Amino acid sequence: MSQNARPKLEKKIVDAGYLLKEAPRTQQFITGAQAMAEAVKRANVDMAIAYPITPQSEVMHLVGDIYAQGHIKEYYRAEEELGTMSAIAGAARAGVRMFTATSGPGLLRGLEAIASWPGHRIPAVLGVLTRVVNAPLSIQPDNIEIAYLMHCGALVLHAENQQDTFDMTLAAFAIAEKVDVYIPVAVATEGFFVTHAKGYVNTTPEDMALTPIDPTAAPVPAMDNETPPARIQRDAPVQKSNFMSYLIHAVWQQEIWDSNKRSMKYIYEYLGGPIEVQDPEADVFVVASGCAAAQAREAHRYAQEEGLSVGFIKVRSIRPFPVDEIREAVKNAKKLIVPEHNIIGWLCKEVKASIPNSGIVVEGPRVYGGMTLPVELIMAEIYNALGIEHNMKL
Amino acid sequence: MSLKYMTPTEQFKKYLPKDYVELVDYGPFGKSQDEAGVNNIGQFKEVLEEHPMCSGCLMAYFIRVFFAALPNPEDTVTLGTAGCGRLAISQAAVPFIYGNYGDQNAMASGLSRAFRLRFPDKKKDVVTLAGDGGTMDIGFSMTMHSWIRGEKFTTIMLDNEVYGNTGGQESGMSPQGAILKMAPEGKKFEKMPATELAKTAGCVYVVRISPTNIKKTAKSIKRAILVAREVGPTFIHVYTSCNIEYSIPTEEVFKDAKDQEKDRFSFEEYMTDEAREVIERIEGEEKKAKKAKKGARKEEVVS
Ligand SMILES: Cc1ncc(C[n+]2csc(CCOP(=O)(O)OP(=O)(O)O)c2C)c(N)n1
Ligand code: SF4
Repeated sequence: MSQNARPKLEKKIVDAGYLLKEAPRTQQFITGAQAMAEAVKRANVDMAIAYPITPQSEVMHLVGDIYAQGHIKEYYRAEEELGTMSAIAGAARAGVRMFTATSGPGLLRGLEAIASWPGHRIPAVLGVLTRVVNAPLSIQPDNIEIAYLMHCGALVLHAENQQDTFDMTLAAFAIAEKVDVYIPVAVATEGFFVTHAKGYVNTTPEDMALTPIDPTAAPVPAMDNETPPARIQRDAPVQKSNFMSYLIHAVWQQEIWDSNKRSMKYIYEYLGGPIEVQDPEADVFVVASGCAAAQAREAHRYAQEEGLSVGFIKVRSIRPFPVDEIREAVKNAKKLIVPEHNIIGWLCKEVKASIPNSGIVVEGPRVYGGMTLPVELIMAEIYNALGIEHNMKL
Repeated sequence: MSLKYMTPTEQFKKYLPKDYVELVDYGPFGKSQDEAGVNNIGQFKEVLEEHPMCSGCLMAYFIRVFFAALPNPEDTVTLGTAGCGRLAISQAAVPFIYGNYGDQNAMASGLSRAFRLRFPDKKKDVVTLAGDGGTMDIGFSMTMHSWIRGEKFTTIMLDNEVYGNTGGQESGMSPQGAILKMAPEGKKFEKMPATELAKTAGCVYVVRISPTNIKKTAKSIKRAILVAREVGPTFIHVYTSCNIEYSIPTEEVFKDAKDQEKDRFSFEEYMTDEAREVIERIEGEEKKAKKAKKGARKEEVVS
């Protein structure tokens, strides 16, 4: 905690638009964990709090290293995840930029605090490197935890690969701190498949950093006894009556979910929109997010080679969910195939709820427990959807 | 700041709630303890005036004393949690952060570090106030680890020896044998040794007190806060009886507090050498300043 002895780095401060869209990039061959840490390095983070869990640890080790190098001002290992997430909530009240990451059981352990971050207006960024959460326990990259995270009020971005992990993490800080958003952003990607595998990532210059957080530009300004309004008004109306308590909670949470929706314009601005569509005229679409989108992309390529009428939709943003965009993109589709890395099919349920003709949605293919998702599984569903006979040996 | 950010311009005053303006004009902000401390209660506008806690509740009384004893109310942030105490703490004119049950010391760890980052040259006092359940049961790990990490803020445990807010269940701080909800046959294990745990975990200033003497109570609070600024974690374990769950008639609440002073809440004050140095330095300076002031006044009278 001795600030004076910390290394001081000279960096060029640039805004998010420049950093994400215009800054020169150089290609690196790095893991997803490295990509997330490289983004944190450029995000002018004030403080990061760590607690280990495989496969997340890698990220927070690297963040520890970049703290030691002076890219971050404060870093410590907390007692466990509820302590971590609560400390983030405390620190953010002082008007500093916060980062942490976790995985599966760690996310669930911290969820009581995370679920209250949006209501507390905590614009922190949370890395979620997915891992099995239900018994029998395992460390494999099932992504069912996103189903729990989806209903907290936070934004949830889902990265397909290492490049997405870098860009989304960097964009997350900018989006979280917009005055008309000001809620946390989770950047999720699959453990091991992305975190421990290398891919090409075009990164921005290391000596260029995002504009620092402005603790005055907030719907609920920092509680630092410096930033107006002075909090000496002695009326905690939530405590006054049951009616006030219902009302204030209701209004406040409506505002959280409205903030969540309002972030969509920034997802367009910084990430090119919440979905990517290939072959918009196709009869059959493969709709996927995260790592499953990489496999879906590959299935789309196979289908192209075979001349089939197959399109591809990647969903980048799980919250806010791109209801309008998906409805528009699939309005003439005959079948939608939704491959996923979890047993309950949370993406499938969201897609079904977004369109008027949910009967066209094929439930799967799904792999769980952290299994890989063979492209052949998706191809089999494509053939079924198009009525093509096949004899796939899986 | 911090006085500045709460002080309205003359032109703006008439549009503000009266309570706000009076707090700025007649409250304790920017004043010394000699001008607005516990000795002067009744002569300044207190930051806590109204609260919905039970009548005769000793916890409510202590919280009132606590706020009057703050050395720097205009630069203090309190953190609390589910439990009776937050009903009053949230009604005070000092910023209050209310999180999930038991998370107060983890939040304060983040907050106090972030304050040091942003305001390295200012004194920002951070104090957690939580019940015995919040501090020693559900929040145990976060309490202990904040101490073990040496976090520089003050922890106050409002010990009513029961879960008051949820209707009288056994807590780890209930005395052995107490028949309470969820302990239908009486509590089977001893009251947790909170001050011993605090000392072992690295608190540099620890007090156990039944708040029967207002000056002594205020002195402990002030010492705990001043030491936390410079040295490390400080802890006050205070008896704040629950007259409802322990069926203490209102008129006997103080007598009970006096009885407890001879029993489970005998006064204890522990400090490390480093903490002692800070206390002696600050209290020495205060004494000197007082003497000088007195001398100046005498001269005035003479001349
Ligand atoms: C996670 C969680 N578990 C349980 C509760 C319910 N709860 C609220 S207050 C409380 C007891 C408070 O007792 P204590 O901390 O001793 O404070 P007191 O009310 O006695 O001052 C409990 C169990 C909660 N709010 N959150
Ligand atoms: S229930 Fe007990 S501790 Fe809570 S306010 Fe009433 S008397 Fe005080």
